[in-house]
Amino acid sequence: MAERAVERKATPAAPRRDMRLVVVKWFRELTLVPVIVVLMIAGAVVNPVFFTPSNLINVAEGGAALGMVVVAESLILLTGKFDISLQGTFGLAALLGAWLIAPKASEGLGTEWSPWIGLLIVLLVGLAVGTFNGLLVIKANFNAFIFTLAMSILLTGLQLGWLGGQTVYNLPEAYIYIGAESWFGIPVSVWITVVTFVVAALFLRYHRIGRAMYAIGGNLEAARSAGIQVDRIRIGVFMAASVLAAIGGLMQAGRVTAVTAGQGSNLIFGVFAAAVIGGISLEGGRGRMVGALTGVILLSLVTNILTLSNISSTWIDAVDGGIILIALGLAKLIGTESA
Amino acid sequence: MERQPTGPAAAPALVGEAERVSKSFGETAALVDVTLNVQAGEVHGLVGRNGAGKSTLVSLLTGLSRPDRGTIRLAGEPAPALADRVAWLARVACVYQRSMVVPPLTVAENVFLNRPTGGGGAIVDWRRMRAEARELMLEWGFDVDVDHEAGTLTVEQRQIVEIARALSIGARFLILDEPTAALEKAAVERLFERVRRMREGGVGVLYISHHLEEIYEICDRVSVLRDGEQVLSGRVADVPQAQLVAAMVGSAPPRRATQIEAATDRGQAGDVRLEVRSLVVASRAGSVDDVSLSVRAGECLGLVGLDGSGTATVADAIVGMVKPRSGGITVNGSAARAGRVDAAWRRGVGYVPQDRHARGFSPQLGVAENLTLGVLDRVARRFGLVSASARDAIARRQVEQLQIVARSLDQPVSSLSGGNQQKVVVGRALAPDPSVLVAINPTVGVDVASKEALLDALGRARDQGVAVLLVSDDFEDLRICTRLVVMVRGKVAAEFDRPPWDRQRLIAAVEGLEVAV
Repeated sequence: MAERAVERKATPAAPRRDMRLVVVKWFRELTLVPVIVVLMIAGAVVNPVFFTPSNLINVAEGGAALGMVVVAESLILLTGKFDISLQGTFGLAALLGAWLIAPKASEGLGTEWSPWIGLLIVLLVGLAVGTFNGLLVIKANFNAFIFTLAMSILLTGLQLGWLGGQTVYNLPEAYIYIGAESWFGIPVSVWITVVTFVVAALFLRYHRIGRAMYAIGGNLEAARSAGIQVDRIRIGVFMAASVLAAIGGLMQAGRVTAVTAGQGSNLIFGVFAAAVIGGISLEGGRGRMVGALTGVILLSLVTNILTLSNISSTWIDAVDGGIILIALGLAKLIGTESA
Repeated sequence: MERQPTGPAAAPALVGEAERVSKSFGETAALVDVTLNVQAGEVHGLVGRNGAGKSTLVSLLTGLSRPDRGTIRLAGEPAPALADRVAWLARVACVYQRSMVVPPLTVAENVFLNRPTGGGGAIVDWRRMRAEARELMLEWGFDVDVDHEAGTLTVEQRQIVEIARALSIGARFLILDEPTAALEKAAVERLFERVRRMREGGVGVLYISHHLEEIYEICDRVSVLRDGEQVLSGRVADVPQAQLVAAMVGSAPPRRATQIEAATDRGQAGDVRLEVRSLVVASRAGSVDDVSLSVRAGECLGLVGLDGSGTATVADAIVGMVKPRSGGITVNGSAARAGRVDAAWRRGVGYVPQDRHARGFSPQLGVAENLTLGVLDRVARRFGLVSASARDAIARRQVEQLQIVARSLDQPVSSLSGGNQQKVVVGRALAPDPSVLVAINPTVGVDVASKEALLDALGRARDQGVAVLLVSDDFEDLRICTRLVVMVRGKVAAEFDRPPWDRQRLIAAVEGLEVAV
């Protein structure tokens, strides 16, 4: 049957959209949904608190900051690179902003600048780190793994050294707004993350640069030989990703109304896990934001259910890792994980 | 090193022989009843055009595959079992065009690869290994430092390492597969020196080359393969050049007997659209040394040459895939920006890259997306959002023009047939309505029908006033050309101004023989 379809010449009357392809693509993106449903049932069984609105909001809020970094990493992964130092940016950007606006008594510098300047600094730190990573990985051709790993260690180290391990607290309201406030009963951070996912998905689907990103990730040389400015786009993606990670860090800071010296540590593993489980290929060029979102939801649910369960806190990491492995295996079986 | 005594009565020792071997792949007969032998202390030339069966013969002689009929004998004994690689390596070695050295290891390690010289054990005796390698180099007069890292060696030196490896294992039958393809003139001379020295030392060499003048310089005997059959074999001194070329070309089917069907009078060509002046490019794929050419609107210039002759590099330099060392490229009257492909496209240069899988398409994206990769700026509307209808309109035009067979415009290009993939790559270049089209081997590896469709599309573009530069080593592609330039070793060797082309003279020029113009 398929044979005959191939034989037929594509005439002007040929269908513009191949519904079968569309259905297959969506099916691939949504394969995690049954897993999520199972997890929710498990959650309800483990602890009746799970299905209360406040807990579900808690899950969403926990996933918001992670989600921002997952969007960021997914964009880079789609263009065929990756950035481990997003977790460093996640911590350091929020910390620098906070340090410059918090009073001396709460571990700030004492300059007590306007919180708006603090917010600007958060974005600028993201932009600066992203530009630096992008230039060195793309233009100077450093290996992305080892370079961004070193950057990650450097940024996390700066974050720790800067304050001697202290926590910056007592932050002004404008600074913690997106992490601490709610609109219509749902945290601002959740709104922002959802909007970011939607915008990123639409951008990738409908914007010329979004399409160019898929072409670059699918076959860099083919994109280059078609006249796409591959270096400019890839560096731009690094920059955008670091800014998104910085905003994610701001959400985290707002949620706990402080910036700890350890903010962002080990975050990147969850980020990669969510993206890959969600079908973003590590090879580049494959995957969609819908899938990445389901990956984030899955990981947030797992974290929440483990916290609600009676598992000893020292064992949570091990169980977490095990569940990620199982999810990866499932994704491989169903075919979302194409890496 | 004395030449071993071979009196007229004594039969010469044969290091390798193929006796009436035949080999088929499916329906295609790659070799039919070929008999060829190489004596100790002899250089035996093997020539034939691409697809004549040379590689198949090499794979039989080196034990990579087994003949369907006939026998292979090495050093006078029946060939070992296919799986016994060690036995094969001790008797025969082939130095391929593509280097087989391991870059991060030293020369000595490469020579003794997988053969630790520690007296039978698994422990590497470094001092002994280096000493033995040095001794070997000295014995054969090779000039390579054995402590050098192989990755930093020149092409010539890598070749030496591979030859040394073969000799150290004990092989006295050496196959050199186009050894001069990537060498400069001086290096070629040194290679000949080494080959003569090995001949003196009793090594038998099967020398494969496209450059016929080399056959006359270095070989004692020569054999010619054509379409899998051995059409000529004899002492080089007894075979005049014309006879050799005639044997390679053969009597082609009537449609393209001696002349290649070509575009007839094209009328007046227009303005110069593309100009290349004194171009010099260093490239692994074939360097370019002082090449100048120009293409006018409505003209199709065929740039013809063997693999590695620099033809593809000229094309890549024009579109910015490689940066030239010196020289000028002018597109539509303004200087091209070196190494900027995007700038070339904006200037109206369409590009069909050499290797469709490496550079031609994004496999996971659909037909329409791949066709419009070069015109994303034209299909984008407000805020840079891509208009699906604008995209599909452009794509559908190319699908019709090139008769691309696909289920839909969304079908991933990876799932198309080779011919249709290539049509997508050509369509991508034609989609922007370029004023200059640079195409490298646009019909390679596609079926006959696709080939026709592709050539028709390129011919149509030419008729509509596009300046077409067609790089090809397939003579059938040349039927759409209005002028030909032949390149040999990075330089322009000959020009053919008016079709139809004389097939024999064209081949002679491509193979590097002098042509009387």
